[in-house]
Amino acid sequence: MNAIQHTEVRPAAQPQQGLVFKVPNILPRRLTEFLIERLIWFAGVSTILIVVLIFYFLIREGLPTFLDIPLRELFGSRWYPTEGHFGLWPLISGSLVVTLGAILIAVPLGLLTAIYLGEFAPQWQREILKPLIEILAGIPSIVLGFLGWVILAPIIQQLGAPTGLTAFTGSLILAYMALPTIISVSEDALYAVPKELRDSSLALGATQWQTTLRVVLPAARSGLVMAVMLGIGRAIGETMAVLMVTGNAANIPQFGPSMFFEPIRTMTATIAAEMGEVAQGTLHYNVLFGIGIVLFTVTFVLNSLASRFVGSQAARRRKGQL
Amino acid sequence: MTRQQQQKFSVGCITIVAAVAVVPIILIIAFIVVQGVGSINWNFLTSVPTNGMRDGGIWPAILGTLILTFGTAIVCIPIAVAAAIYLAEYAGDTRLTRWVRLAIVNLAGIPSIVYGLFGLGVFVLFLGFGTSILAGSLTLGIMTLPVVISTAEEAILAVPQRFRVVSLSLGATRWQTIWHQVLPHALPGIITGVILGLGRAAGETAPILFTVAAFHLPDLPHSIFDQTMALPYHLYVISTQVPNMPLSIQYGTALVLLMIVLSLTLIAALFRTRMRRRRTW
Repeated sequence: MNAIQHTEVRPAAQPQQGLVFKVPNILPRRLTEFLIERLIWFAGVSTILIVVLIFYFLIREGLPTFLDIPLRELFGSRWYPTEGHFGLWPLISGSLVVTLGAILIAVPLGLLTAIYLGEFAPQWQREILKPLIEILAGIPSIVLGFLGWVILAPIIQQLGAPTGLTAFTGSLILAYMALPTIISVSEDALYAVPKELRDSSLALGATQWQTTLRVVLPAARSGLVMAVMLGIGRAIGETMAVLMVTGNAANIPQFGPSMFFEPIRTMTATIAAEMGEVAQGTLHYNVLFGIGIVLFTVTFVLNSLASRFVGSQAARRRKGQL
Repeated sequence: MTRQQQQKFSVGCITIVAAVAVVPIILIIAFIVVQGVGSINWNFLTSVPTNGMRDGGIWPAILGTLILTFGTAIVCIPIAVAAAIYLAEYAGDTRLTRWVRLAIVNLAGIPSIVYGLFGLGVFVLFLGFGTSILAGSLTLGIMTLPVVISTAEEAILAVPQRFRVVSLSLGATRWQTIWHQVLPHALPGIITGVILGLGRAAGETAPILFTVAAFHLPDLPHSIFDQTMALPYHLYVISTQVPNMPLSIQYGTALVLLMIVLSLTLIAALFRTRMRRRRTW
């Protein structure tokens, strides 16, 4: 070891050394190679396996929901699990109202912020704003829920709502939780628009704003749709914050603007609040897994649709780079 | 309005909108720091809760979160890195690969509460681990997979092709090339992804609700088959489930959780920028 260090035959630019520990050379090289490749292949395929397993276990525990309860009752308006009424409609509509509110806030906010970041912001602002948005993505949902509970709810109550724990309170928090997803995905989409398109438009005398509105946004359309869908997925699956701030009343809100200012109860919050108190094997337990099936299916559809856009976007970007 | 005025007006508007999106982030963090910093002292960080959690410290919850984060790392890192190697180095453009990618996108989108149900169904009940650190770590580890896989894959793909070509031309096998050439260069990027993923896992509440978290435990856990308290769940409990809880303890707990999670995010971010600057190829 010492001898090597003293004879200075070492090349000047030593490439980075290998990892510290080595694979023991007990097995012949080909066999090691074969085994490792199998292992790696299996790790890759295990992701498919996990999705299938998740679905299988949800079905296994949740299937009685759809077999034992008549559909008419299942989509009924009464969620009184202790009395045997398992109407999911209040929970579904609760989730829909909160998510709709969140999207109404987050989509304009997120898209415009992404446009500002991607097309107009000077470099120094971008270097401050992007890490901030990453930080927002890192704040645990329970912390945001806690702030909603101690700060936001009292403020909303003071503004004249009968209670501060409403769908709107949840929507506001969910909107900020969905923002990082919406901003980063739509910024990617804007980035993928070839520079030639912008240059041509500017050369024809359009202002930067007209170029953004008429050329860049239409070209980035599919990516923007994907951003919105992923944002919806984020919002509909969020649990702890909505559990804390939406009041958890299993009512069906009356359709209209006032529905945002009533306490509601979402599917996710129902699972979180009630799973701890039910015995395994009861119908209530099964129904909570049944709600899990609904959530899984909704997010699966949203993400599968969105991933089709990812494919096309990535391909286009690669072409743009060539 | 001329087009130039329209341009000015519109850009002004979206500047304001961007501010509306970003300023609350600063406010949130500043507010928690200001409110919580007063209750943080050595005693708060290192002693157990007393008087129905209304006094004393939060050490069992901090320790629980650290243990769970460590457990998550053990479960997640080997599978995620191997899967990333598969995608970046071995996978061709086959139907199987497309399925794997679809699976990863969907894993990333599954709500955390559904992971909680999955953990309850598989690890707690079916495999009989009970509500335990083992069950919780496995659940969190699986939940963290997609984040780590995609960042690790990007890091591996960023290693220039010529490194591989040279190594292979010297007679190294494919795996030797990956192990001695590709992985060392991709390591900083992989670590960034791992830290980011662990930051997410440390702050999650829903997946640990039914798999590991305990309302209040006087003792620290002794084995991986014990329950443990954890900071996110503890914050939920003391802010909504315990009446007459002093606000200072709630803010203190929120601050400690926020600091653990954000410092992980920050370390990851610093790591990434340093790595980019150092890169010589």
